[in-house]
Amino acid sequence: MLQGMGAVYLREMRLSRRRFKRALVGMAVSPLLYMVAFGTAMGSEARFEGHTYLEFLLPGLIAMTTMTQAYGIAIEINIARFYFHIFEEFQAAPISGAAFAMGEILSGMTRALGGVAIILAIGMAFGVTIHTGPWFWLAVLLNAFVFAALAVALAMLISSHGDQSLLNAFVITPMAFLGGTFFPLDGLPGWAQGLLHALPLTHAAQAIRADAFGRPPELIHYAVLAALGVAGFVLALKSVDRARD
Amino acid sequence: MSAGDAIVIEDLRKAYGGVQALDGVSLAVPAGELFAYLGPNGAGKSTTIRILTGLTRFDSGRAALGGVDIARDPLAAKRQCGVVMQHVNLDGDLSLAENMDIHGRLFGMSAAERAARTEELLAVVDLADRAKRLVNTLSGGMKRRLMIARALMHRPSILFLDEPTVGLDADIRRRIWGLIKQIQKQGTTVFLTTHYIEEAEFLADRVAFLDSGKIRALDTPQALIARVGGWAFDRLGPEGMVTRYFADREAAQAAIAASEDAMTLRRANLEDAFLTLTGKAVR
Repeated sequence: MLQGMGAVYLREMRLSRRRFKRALVGMAVSPLLYMVAFGTAMGSEARFEGHTYLEFLLPGLIAMTTMTQAYGIAIEINIARFYFHIFEEFQAAPISGAAFAMGEILSGMTRALGGVAIILAIGMAFGVTIHTGPWFWLAVLLNAFVFAALAVALAMLISSHGDQSLLNAFVITPMAFLGGTFFPLDGLPGWAQGLLHALPLTHAAQAIRADAFGRPPELIHYAVLAALGVAGFVLALKSVDRARD
Repeated sequence: MSAGDAIVIEDLRKAYGGVQALDGVSLAVPAGELFAYLGPNGAGKSTTIRILTGLTRFDSGRAALGGVDIARDPLAAKRQCGVVMQHVNLDGDLSLAENMDIHGRLFGMSAAERAARTEELLAVVDLADRAKRLVNTLSGGMKRRLMIARALMHRPSILFLDEPTVGLDADIRRRIWGLIKQIQKQGTTVFLTTHYIEEAEFLADRVAFLDSGKIRALDTPQALIARVGGWAFDRLGPEGMVTRYFADREAAQAAIAASEDAMTLRRANLEDAFLTLTGKAVR
């Protein structure tokens, strides 16, 4: 298990190293734009949960970036599968589906941590610093695991690169904007809050924001993310096996 | 089927939708043999290799590699084989050495073993001086040689080659033939698919003619050719090209002498055998 997982992870890391500069710019552009655009638009007067908007926004951006970076491995897996046929090299190797899935998930989590580091650095450049304790990092890691597992599962289930774009447009992008990243959910009607609490990103954003603001953790968010992580991993395992034609 | 068989396939069947890609294929390949699977596009050649190497499920039947049932213990079966697919499946953004290294890791090789084997195999395929270059900088023939080297990295006892020279220039193709022969001489069982007649005729100890998912004939190239006669001549008439076969040269020459048309006598080849035994051309 470990040898296969290590090989899959190492391959992704070597490729990331080759594309480091491009990846760095890609990770930095969106959060930077959000910070500039929304930070300027909302000004410093408005208060959200007792904090400036930039202070409120930063943990949301961290949750969102963790999601997009971890989920981003779906595109890499797709390209490797449909265009470069590298996935066949893994299928023909004596490694389990779990080893392949874990190697890819770990690479997604590593990318997510890279994205978080960039946002924290951008925040510091804007004069915004937040508390980053163990509960903060646990929420980040759980969120990354959930979306990386989902990425592996969906990358195996879809049959073309076009399907991937549809999933991004209808699932990931709406979740990025509605999952408590840019605005507090408290002002929404009860039914909308209930609906948005079905999204993993909502729980990640609230868990990360709580620790960032120095509040005690709400364990329900961690429990939901852990449960979704297990479900995502099981789905990933089944999908890897199903990918044999 | 015997204990010394490297590959055993019994009544293997696979359908895609309503199309029967493999329709009850059975064969056995003794250890150390170079076996060629010859057939037109869509005959089921790649499907067989994909099933044997774990890339594709099969509907029914049985297959074993080195005595290991591929359905019961797929990981143990995979450890015994290397595979070179028809299309290039290398990581273009990694170096040659990195591609070899990842493969070695997937097969659980130690760091020292990976380094030594990479150096040795890149030298064998004449790519040692490019070890640190990115794969994207290689030509098509170089990529194919690298794929063969990568497949041999973990010292497989069985090597599957799916159309190893498709799309390559004639000189590169012959160079790869030499490499394949060399691999067999070192004791590796080679299972090769091709739709190049001369490739099968030159390389293979035995050839199976595959058509529409069924094996139509299986024997040595010489025995298959002998089935149609050792000599042939072609005559272009109003009904198209007609080929006649003869058991010996004298009989063929007598037939030519009796005809008023211009004809050239030639030795029968594997293509004649394929045409006669399947009723189809290999394309």
